[in-house]
Amino acid sequence: MIELEAVHKTYPDGHVALRGVSLSVERGMTLALLGPSGCGKTTTLKVINRLIAPSQGRVRIDGRDTAGVDPVSLRRGMGYVVQDAGLFPHLSALANVEIVPRLLGWSAARRAERARELFALIGLDFAALAGRYPAQLSGGQRQRVGFARALAADPPIVLLDEPFGALDPLTRRRLQDEFLALKERLRKTMVLVTHDVEEAFRLADRVAVLDDGAIAQVGTPDAVRAAPASPFVAAFVGGATPAAR
Amino acid sequence: MSGARRRVLAVCAAALLGAGAATAASGPPRIVVGAKKFTESAVLGELMAQILEAQTGAVVERRFNLAGTQICFDGLRSGALDVYAEYTGTGLREILGNTTDGGPPGAVFALVSAAFRERFDLVWLAPFGFNNTYVLMMRPDRAAALGIGTLSDLATHPLRYGVSHEFLQRSDGMPGLRATYHLDEASAVGIEHDLAYQALADGAIDISDGYSTDAKILAFGLLTLRDDRGFFPPYEAAPLARADLFARVPLAEPALRLLAGRIDDATMRRLNYAVEGERRSPADVATEFLRQLGVSHTETVPSARPAGLLELLWQRRWITLALTVRHLWLTGVAVLGAVLVGLPLGIAVSRRPRLATLALSSAGVLQTIPSLALLAFMLPLFGIGVVPAIAALFLYGLLPILRNTVAGLRSVDPQLLEVGQGLGMRPRDLLWRVELPLAAPVVLAGIRTAAVISVGTATLAALIGAGGLGDPIVTGLTVADTNLVLSGALPAALLAVAVDAGLGGVERLATPRGLRA
Repeated sequence: MIELEAVHKTYPDGHVALRGVSLSVERGMTLALLGPSGCGKTTTLKVINRLIAPSQGRVRIDGRDTAGVDPVSLRRGMGYVVQDAGLFPHLSALANVEIVPRLLGWSAARRAERARELFALIGLDFAALAGRYPAQLSGGQRQRVGFARALAADPPIVLLDEPFGALDPLTRRRLQDEFLALKERLRKTMVLVTHDVEEAFRLADRVAVLDDGAIAQVGTPDAVRAAPASPFVAAFVGGATPAAR
Repeated sequence: MSGARRRVLAVCAAALLGAGAATAASGPPRIVVGAKKFTESAVLGELMAQILEAQTGAVVERRFNLAGTQICFDGLRSGALDVYAEYTGTGLREILGNTTDGGPPGAVFALVSAAFRERFDLVWLAPFGFNNTYVLMMRPDRAAALGIGTLSDLATHPLRYGVSHEFLQRSDGMPGLRATYHLDEASAVGIEHDLAYQALADGAIDISDGYSTDAKILAFGLLTLRDDRGFFPPYEAAPLARADLFARVPLAEPALRLLAGRIDDATMRRLNYAVEGERRSPADVATEFLRQLGVSHTETVPSARPAGLLELLWQRRWITLALTVRHLWLTGVAVLGAVLVGLPLGIAVSRRPRLATLALSSAGVLQTIPSLALLAFMLPLFGIGVVPAIAALFLYGLLPILRNTVAGLRSVDPQLLEVGQGLGMRPRDLLWRVELPLAAPVVLAGIRTAAVISVGTATLAALIGAGGLGDPIVTGLTVADTNLVLSGALPAALLAVAVDAGLGGVERLATPRGLRA
């Protein structure tokens, strides 16, 4: 379970990124952080794995304040997926997937077994693609490898920052479908950052709409759609899905 | 075939030992003889070296072609040299900084002897017997036609003087000469010394300055005018030695005294001519002269250097190989040191912009110091020989390696670093698994640049006694033997090309496969 309690983030240059964000994500649930660019959704995500330290407020994972946890071991318990996958260009698909198991000191045999499992899980042909470098993969394949890398050590939490942002519409749709299937199967606690309303409503159990560093509304997709809490939410949600109303 | 291979190995081993073993622990005493980078100094150095070998049983090491007085003198004081041939006038003016004329030759010698022993614990032995001072030279037919034999005779003639630029300015040159000999009619222009001989021969100028033992005086058949009022200060050559040499090797002093007073101006000129005009090695010329004096009976086959470049290259193949090995050794150690310092330093400063700027600009300043000046700066710190050369090459290699390390690390996409961090990589993991592999091609390009610069600059190391392929280049330049210059310059250029190509290959191999286009 992830809990954010009145999290503020002010940068040294005076820019205020978060103004008192409070959120919770139940175990096994997926929360979408939704909003226009610059609203603070990525900052909120990075506060969870402490790539950004909050200026005020607390972040708790399963009840433990993350301020007291070594950030490295904290992050090793969370998968991390970014836009266009962020694969290491000098490493093969296999080596990218094996990065975290390597850091954790797994044996070669265990790593290899896990890698085959993961390739099967995300629907990539191990024999054909394991040895390829990121530049030799398609956008969809790269993103799949990015998922596999995040899931390698079977972390209970997965953080996703615009994971489908760089894909063409067809590939995006297919990966979203597979994501839904995986989500049902794996039951990870997930936080998904997106600016795509349709995607948030399709993939998440709950949606948090952010506006200028503050939470405008949190609720199930149906609740948010049915009763926007403010004109901003109504405009943002409604504008993107006119057909739904 | 196997004989040749053995020889190659022996040559390589000798080159490495010569470079590495600075001090022999036991065995026969060792004497280091130095020489400045001009013919006469080399001939005198060979004479002293051979007579010491013949008379004392010491192992004599030669450090010739040193760039100048300061280097030889510092070498002597630091113990890197035991003895070299110096000129009394130089000791008086350049080393003691005494600007008075010092009086006649005997008085100057007495003055420097006393001062050097007291201030530096260095000993001037009795002079060789010639005075290599300034002289004025004319074509004999022209002098005879005007009835000129001494400098006093010049006063009444409006002659055209073409003198070296230095002579034009120095107080013991043209200005003093005008005053002393009333050369009111003289018109003087500056001319490059080596061109003055041809200008005299062509009649473009009437009179020029030279050194009394210059071989070209003989080659061009010029007349030297007598300095009848004793205007030019004496420049008598004599062995200048560390006092402790004679304590270590008592036989060294009587051995060197065998040369005292045995070489007059004409003899020295003849010996210089044998090297420059007849293209013989200083060693051959010295051996022959010592045999004539009856002080040494070493048998050598006198060999003139062949005139053809290919013959010379073939004749010198083993020497060239040894010099190449030594050259590689010098540059290899220097570049390795620069990598060991520059790479960690670059990593340390790459994330700290202010420190990076400081480190890069400091290394940049080092780079702008001319190579010869940088070598000279090393001398007070490290003496002469291999160590200062490696230190200078090391400093030259530092900038490209440091700069490329910083640039390479900075070129790594920050998003990748954040992803790595997000996956739970420690800074150390990021450095080894992400940053360095991605920066490797740029870092290696820096190392390659450093190595190529180093191979080129190392040719100058010969000037401070470090050896290498610069040796024949410097010697060739002093004796005006283009082929000898090429026998060092060609292998040095090939070496630079080979090092560049070799490291280029390493660079390609080190480029991560995922990044190769």
